[in-house]
Amino acid sequence: MNRLKEFFGGSLRQSGMIFALVFLIAFFQIATGGKVLTPTNAMNIVNGNSYVFLMSMGMVLVIVIGQIDLSVGSVAAFVGICVALLMSDFGLPWWLAMLAGLGLGAAVGAFHGFFLAKLTIPGFITTLAGMMLFRGLQTWIGNSQSIPTPEAFWILGGSSANGSLPDWGPDFGLNNSTLLCGLVAIGFLWWSKLRTRAKRIALVGEAEAMWVTVAKNVIMTLVIGYATWLFASGHSDLPGRVHTALPIPGVIVIVLAIFYHTLSQRTAFGRHIYAVGGNRLAAPLTGINVPRTYFFTMMNMSILAAIAGMMFIGRSRASGPSDGTGWELDVIAAVFVGGAAVYGGIGTVMGSLVGGLVMAVLNNGIQLLGLGTEIGKIVKGMVLLLAVTFDVMNKVQGKPSFIGRLMDGLRPKKGDEAGSAEPPATEEPRDPEWPAYEPQDPTEAPA
Amino acid sequence: MGDSDVILEMRHISKEFPGVKALEDVTMVVRRPTIHAICGENGAGKSTLMKVLTGVWPHGTYTGQIIYNGEEMRFKTLKSSEKVGIAIIHQELSLIPELSVTENIFIGNEKTTNFLIDWTEARQRAEKIMERVHLDVDPDTPSKNLGVGQQQLIEIARALSKNIQLLILDEPTSALNEEESDNLLQILHELKDEGITSIMISHKLEELTRTADAITIIRDGHTVETIIADEAAPERYDINRIIRGMVGRPLDNRYPSHERLSGPVVFKVDGWTVRNPIRPDMLSANNVSFEVHAGEVVGFAGLMGAGRTELFRSIVGRSWGNFVSGRVKVKGQEVDTSTVPKAIDAGLAYVPEDRKMLGLNLLDTVSRTIVSAGLSRISEHFLINGDKEAMAAESARDDLHIKTPTILEGVDKLSGGNQQKTLLGKWLFTEPDVLILDEPTRGIDVGAKYEIYSLIFEQAALGKAVVVISSELPELLGICDVIYAFHEGRITGMVDARETNQEELMRMMTGIETTAA
Repeated sequence: MNRLKEFFGGSLRQSGMIFALVFLIAFFQIATGGKVLTPTNAMNIVNGNSYVFLMSMGMVLVIVIGQIDLSVGSVAAFVGICVALLMSDFGLPWWLAMLAGLGLGAAVGAFHGFFLAKLTIPGFITTLAGMMLFRGLQTWIGNSQSIPTPEAFWILGGSSANGSLPDWGPDFGLNNSTLLCGLVAIGFLWWSKLRTRAKRIALVGEAEAMWVTVAKNVIMTLVIGYATWLFASGHSDLPGRVHTALPIPGVIVIVLAIFYHTLSQRTAFGRHIYAVGGNRLAAPLTGINVPRTYFFTMMNMSILAAIAGMMFIGRSRASGPSDGTGWELDVIAAVFVGGAAVYGGIGTVMGSLVGGLVMAVLNNGIQLLGLGTEIGKIVKGMVLLLAVTFDVMNKVQGKPSFIGRLMDGLRPKKGDEAGSAEPPATEEPRDPEWPAYEPQDPTEAPA
Repeated sequence: MGDSDVILEMRHISKEFPGVKALEDVTMVVRRPTIHAICGENGAGKSTLMKVLTGVWPHGTYTGQIIYNGEEMRFKTLKSSEKVGIAIIHQELSLIPELSVTENIFIGNEKTTNFLIDWTEARQRAEKIMERVHLDVDPDTPSKNLGVGQQQLIEIARALSKNIQLLILDEPTSALNEEESDNLLQILHELKDEGITSIMISHKLEELTRTADAITIIRDGHTVETIIADEAAPERYDINRIIRGMVGRPLDNRYPSHERLSGPVVFKVDGWTVRNPIRPDMLSANNVSFEVHAGEVVGFAGLMGAGRTELFRSIVGRSWGNFVSGRVKVKGQEVDTSTVPKAIDAGLAYVPEDRKMLGLNLLDTVSRTIVSAGLSRISEHFLINGDKEAMAAESARDDLHIKTPTILEGVDKLSGGNQQKTLLGKWLFTEPDVLILDEPTRGIDVGAKYEIYSLIFEQAALGKAVVVISSELPELLGICDVIYAFHEGRITGMVDARETNQEELMRMMTGIETTAA
């Protein structure tokens, strides 16, 4: 038990969703007779859900800061139609249209951010208005019609022969680009984890046990290795291709995931988001500009919605009037399933990605089983409710944690564990190392 | 049983919270109809006693007896004490701002016929009650349009609508100006003539001695004595006796020894004036000037609501009130403290009083908390260096003796004393020249207090200017070199901590005596 605890860093909750994901994949793999873990299906999951993954990375920051963005579906569709029209009616080259799309996303985000940060209108209201406003604008500008997109965009959405990493060089039975990416990722993983550990020991003198580092790395290596093999090993019938490969939307998601993980964990701005969400009264006294943090978090969300919108019009090869409908709900659900707290302050980019994957695999598995989308919705609703209930139960003040109660029987007896398992004490336990509170020279009581 | 003119008797009331005895064997007798005052220092147990009386702490959570109108009462809830005619008006008003005066008076106590409220009748009844409390406004006015004084009168009217016999007021005049206070005290007198008894908790000695028929003094959860007004004497009470009763506990050796260093002036505030943001006619800081030398620990004494926290929050980043005028100098240089980041850059660090509400993000880890006010110190090319963060956190943990299994532990898992040390570490990480500590030992036990005092002295010995705001006079006398007394936005005295005593401080804090600052 202690070994397990050491391995998961004392928090089983964060790992809970990963277990759920593995369980779901295994369950559907067996139930469908092996239809889930095939190269083509893996590519479908990535291509069909990349927009949710992408937006969940921005949404988790919005939710951590204690707000919500309901407008992302409408904004994605609005940017999509504008970009499609810029290319078809105004003849802009694809790259300029993409830049314009990003700029448009930033402008929309600034609009939401202005109302939230400067005028202190709650994000729920601001973005509910934005949801209607941009949906209306999208329908109006597009005249309720479909506008086709050029091939450069299809690559972005993974819907052409070039929509996944290219084939080259000698044939080892795998797609070489994907193989190279996988090998580089594994190499980087080992190099960085071992280096961090060595540095930590040099500087602080302690780090997690070596077996923990190695075991974690071995597991990650197996995961990356398997994913590489899964994506790269299929045979593609598309013209000019030999193997299946990691789709371009997947590449975009991975690159942005690294970027947003770093932004949220390793930059001052990221820390400010958690500080504002964790205690909005304490943040300004710490020197954090709360309105500015709100503003850029909302702006970032809309930029991501713009990218998602552009990927989607690439995937469907056209911008249509019903694009983006209900996306906000999928994205918000993914973030909460991924462990974000309803009251803000808690949530991670990687967790949200896992949450998005859980929802994506559920959808996919239910489809492969031949059940209708209505069953999918019922199951996803239950999963969302369960995940959040779990989270709230865990945080009820003054009660032992939910997991704590479940695990009670498994725990070793007291004295075996360090302080982390103790309830928060109101009174200070005496510290034997501190030579405190010995009566000194009697201070004269002033008469 | 007992005298028929005794409305309330509290016998041997004791109430314990985990680790703290809030009340111990408190006994008091209230006669009818009188105005009975309860006074004592912050944290003496006055409010707890009233919570016991009104059923907020239900029967069974305390020991002792409450005899009301000759019968023993065992209140389960606030409602059950209301039923027998006891009402309490808290410091924080509980009106619903959008509702009218009438609606606020009858809320929770609506008189209905066939599930419907007859508003015409309610309005008439409201007008009658409003007359009794001198509230001369349209009963349809939303309560948010009224001032604090008038809102308080609505609360009293609400209590009167329930046919009460005993009215309890917790610090009723703390938010009122002089005229409003006089009006309120006048109303209490008139209610007394109608036969209604009042119990009034207050810090304002001058008011108490003028108004109360009897004063019960509480100190550290004990009753010291009950003094009956001497109507023959012009002063009615011996004010020195009251002050002695409030503070007269023996000082024990709860403070580490400390050598007073007095280097050059590090922190100087000149003519600091700030308006109250809610009441623009009130100055929360009125031409406040003071200075702190290197190595000195300077205390700010004052009663709750005197405005000490507001003063320092306005100095550090103008994070409270509306700035009017004033200058801040650090090491002789005038500095800009108009935003919190600028104040931090200027070398100021303000450690707030309420660590859970204002100081910490309880969702963070110890290490992220330590570096949170100085992220630029560990960042390179916009990226936080995790190694530097870990080093900073580890060294704070060692220096401040923060007891935590690892620096990655959540701060919510730490004890109060260790949370306070973590908060201190967060501000020491900004390497301030001026360290301002607001109630640094509130809610932590003696052992942890001692550690905090030692840390304060360590910082002073490094040549920092240290300011301590505290409501505990023995603490200020025990650790400070110089003490400023603060009363209603003004400095009412400055004394050498070794040449003063609690009585003198209390006089200055209540505005009774002023030594030129």
